[in-house]
Amino acid sequence: MHSHYLILGASHAALSAVAAIRMADTDNALTVVAKEPHLPYSPTVLPYVVSGRSDPARIALADEAWFGERKVDVLRGTGVAGVDPVLRRVRLADGRELFYDKLLVATGARPFVPPVPGLSALPFHVLRTLDDALALREAARGARRALVLGAGLIGSHAAENLAKAGLEVTVVEREPRMLPAYFDARAAAIIERRFAEHGVRVLTGATVRTAERAAEGCRLGVENGAGWEALEADLLVVGAGVVPATDFLAGTRMDGNRGIPVDDDMAAAEGIWAAGDCARVASFYGGPPVVGGILPDAVQQGRVAGQAMAGDPGRKPYAGAIPLNTYTFFGHQAVSVGVQDLPGAETHRCGDPAAGRDLKVVTRDGRLAGIFGIDWPFDGGVMWELILRRVDLAPVMDRFLADPQDTARTLMSKLWR
Amino acid sequence: MTAYSTLRFDAARCTGCGDCMTACAVAKTGSDDPGRSRLRVLPGNTPGTWEAAVCRQCGDPRCVSFCPAAALAKDPETGTVEWDGAKCVNCLLCTVGCAYAGIAFDAAAGHVAKCDHCGGNPACAAACGEGALEWMTTARIYNEVGQDEDLFVPGLAGCQGCNTEIVMRHAMRRIGPDCVLATPPGCVPGMGSVGYNGMTGTKVPVFHPLLTNAASMLAGVRRAHKRQGRDVLAVALAGDGGASDVGFQSLSGAAERGEEILFIVIDNEGYMNTGMQRSSCTPFGAWTSTTPVGERGRGKTQDAKNLPLIMVMHECDYVATASTAFMEDFYAKLDRAIAAARHGFAYLHVYSPCTTGWRFPAEKNIEVARRAVECNFVTLWEFTPEAGLRFTRDPDRPRPLADYLSALGKFRHLGADQVGHLERHLAENVKRLRGLAREPAAA
Ligand SMILES: Cc1cc2nc3c(=O)[nH]c(=O)nc-3n(C[C@H](O)[C@H](O)[C@H](O)COP(=O)(O)OP(=O)(O)OC[C@H]3O[C@@H](n4cnc5c(N)ncnc54)[C@H](O)[C@@H]3O)c2cc1C
Repeated sequence: MHSHYLILGASHAALSAVAAIRMADTDNALTVVAKEPHLPYSPTVLPYVVSGRSDPARIALADEAWFGERKVDVLRGTGVAGVDPVLRRVRLADGRELFYDKLLVATGARPFVPPVPGLSALPFHVLRTLDDALALREAARGARRALVLGAGLIGSHAAENLAKAGLEVTVVEREPRMLPAYFDARAAAIIERRFAEHGVRVLTGATVRTAERAAEGCRLGVENGAGWEALEADLLVVGAGVVPATDFLAGTRMDGNRGIPVDDDMAAAEGIWAAGDCARVASFYGGPPVVGGILPDAVQQGRVAGQAMAGDPGRKPYAGAIPLNTYTFFGHQAVSVGVQDLPGAETHRCGDPAAGRDLKVVTRDGRLAGIFGIDWPFDGGVMWELILRRVDLAPVMDRFLADPQDTARTLMSKLWR
Repeated sequence: MTAYSTLRFDAARCTGCGDCMTACAVAKTGSDDPGRSRLRVLPGNTPGTWEAAVCRQCGDPRCVSFCPAAALAKDPETGTVEWDGAKCVNCLLCTVGCAYAGIAFDAAAGHVAKCDHCGGNPACAAACGEGALEWMTTARIYNEVGQDEDLFVPGLAGCQGCNTEIVMRHAMRRIGPDCVLATPPGCVPGMGSVGYNGMTGTKVPVFHPLLTNAASMLAGVRRAHKRQGRDVLAVALAGDGGASDVGFQSLSGAAERGEEILFIVIDNEGYMNTGMQRSSCTPFGAWTSTTPVGERGRGKTQDAKNLPLIMVMHECDYVATASTAFMEDFYAKLDRAIAAARHGFAYLHVYSPCTTGWRFPAEKNIEVARRAVECNFVTLWEFTPEAGLRFTRDPDRPRPLADYLSALGKFRHLGADQVGHLERHLAENVKRLRGLAREPAAA
């Protein structure tokens, strides 16, 4: 079988690429290979599937009709096993072979399991696929005590939901604070306090050294600055980060688990593009390339890749990754856009940590570099755009620091006209 | 492609009174706290100016792409981006997707909120007394006609921003393929509709008569088809020069005989195709290459011939004027003209501002066409022998004529006496039409 466009994966990056391709090319054959049997869904929604807030039957990002309207063939329920970039051929796990002219790798990431002795022999849960979520939801029903490895987004979401389900939860994080990728110590302390208030024990700066079976389920040996501690639980969740899911590229030039390096068209090699959690892209701020690992980036990169693959003359090159995220926890909102620090940057801080409110603004040369808030109203999307456009805030800086939301809205309204 | 109704914010008209926000808050939350409004009017960086943050109901909405829970979707019927509270997980990623602040966390409600156009009757626009927020619904016609085939090839060689090309393409879309088209010399054939080197730019049978005989040739075409029992519409797309000057004899004759023809005149007030010479439709005072402006010349010294009114005097089955700034009106008249051309002479006079010959920026074409009507330089009306003459747009309370004249290079030299003459002439024109009108103007 041959398809002009072949897309591996069926999540944010893939769907965004499909839409972009079909904007520019309505005719050439387009095939999507989806490893899972389900309709496309977002890994980001999974904590809400675990908690019961989201009905797994109503989370599909696209249905058969959506693909049908776009003349897309979807091969569901079988993954990619290998790629031959020279013959432009893809081998599926079920043995079928597909030839392509243009290939997009959008297979995302898979959970990283830290090399703790004994860990792989234990029953533990991860959270990346719908099946993972359903299994964890089921396991949480019978469990009493949970241990969560990692206080990144996945671990934090999992911990909160397990606590809400009535479990006694302990989180172990190697870094000195929760959500180290998105918040600094002062902001993270507010988040950690909320967790403590809701009965979740968060151990930061703590590394799991040993793992073994115990009567209840498992026992972990954890080392922190103060010494060792043994923790027991009947439910173990590993949320210690992710690695790009690109094993099927073994033996090609794109081998390795550090992400597929791409240029600003998301091109990885002759006839091959990559986007989303499996791609290694330039950072907006310069420096070494990064794997973004966030949903907005997967959407943006998928779009750029699709446009480049279809030769869309209106395409704009990828501007570079900017870390950003929203994080809601126990009814509170945290928003993080940009970087915490840059050489030569100034930091402005206000808020009321005691009341759980915080704002940090990082600027350089009058331009916004990052903005971080907890229960502080501002529009993440507007801030992102201000950073991308390198809008000069100097003339309105005082107002911006006093009221970032309305000042930024005013700027954007004017810029868009 | 579908066109949707939309909210328009005109910053120049906004006074920052905040009535829109109160109306929105009341309509959407029951509270009169403007802070709960889904539309935010904000003081601009220059005192006295205003900006707005509101959902633009994007064509390719990023809030939707960023939603992990499938809680946001663009309604293909209305174009509104709809939020489903039952699916929303409150993760706020949509707010990261929006660079307009069109969706934001409403702390009092405990979830994100966005404009939903109030189901097609937005409270904010209704509350705006300044015309700064307007609910624009005119685009609907394009949904309908967007389904029809464009009967000209892409890439006709009109000037940048050409209005005539718009008229041609729209008119032929509605008329459809069962016709024979005559395009006497002028911009219409000049931009390639009759083609080059044996290729035609039109997807229906088309011919290129002389300036003098378009109407008489079409009379024969229609009669010959009828004799064979075929209902083929005979259509002319003619310029004002050809129709009002040298082609007038055959036009008048065909109208008087009641030939079954749809005769569309595209009036750009001169011979624009051949170098912008005056025609009898060129208005008083206008610069053309043959009514120059210099030491003594001050533009044309005669008034424009009122060709559509002359056609009324022929008692044609249908006569109407139209403008591309009022598309729904144009289409309604096209429909009536097409129907009338099956039993008699139908005449449609469409005003067509010419970016090249009238000297104004290409992107201002529709704006110029709109001002022409709003200033009564052009009046919109229709006539049938049974119903008489009827305004389809009220000519009462026109905008100041200066709004129109100042937009065009061809009137730049006008002295106060010439402007006065034009004003008197236009007022006279409206008075004369009113005298003929049998019923009050449409709203
Ligand atoms: C629990 C959790 C919470 C998160 N929360 C947030 C958040 O709050 N904010 C945020 O920005 N991001 C969050 N993320 C990250 C976000 O979901 C990802 O960045 C995003 O989904 C990446 O999209 P993608 O299309 O690159 O890859 P993925 O969404 O991972 O999709 C990969 C696709 O490829 C398919 N696939 C994998 N291997 C193969 C194969 N061999 N053959 C064929 N198909 C294959 C998969 O089935 C899937 O369809 C979260 C992730 C998780 C797991």
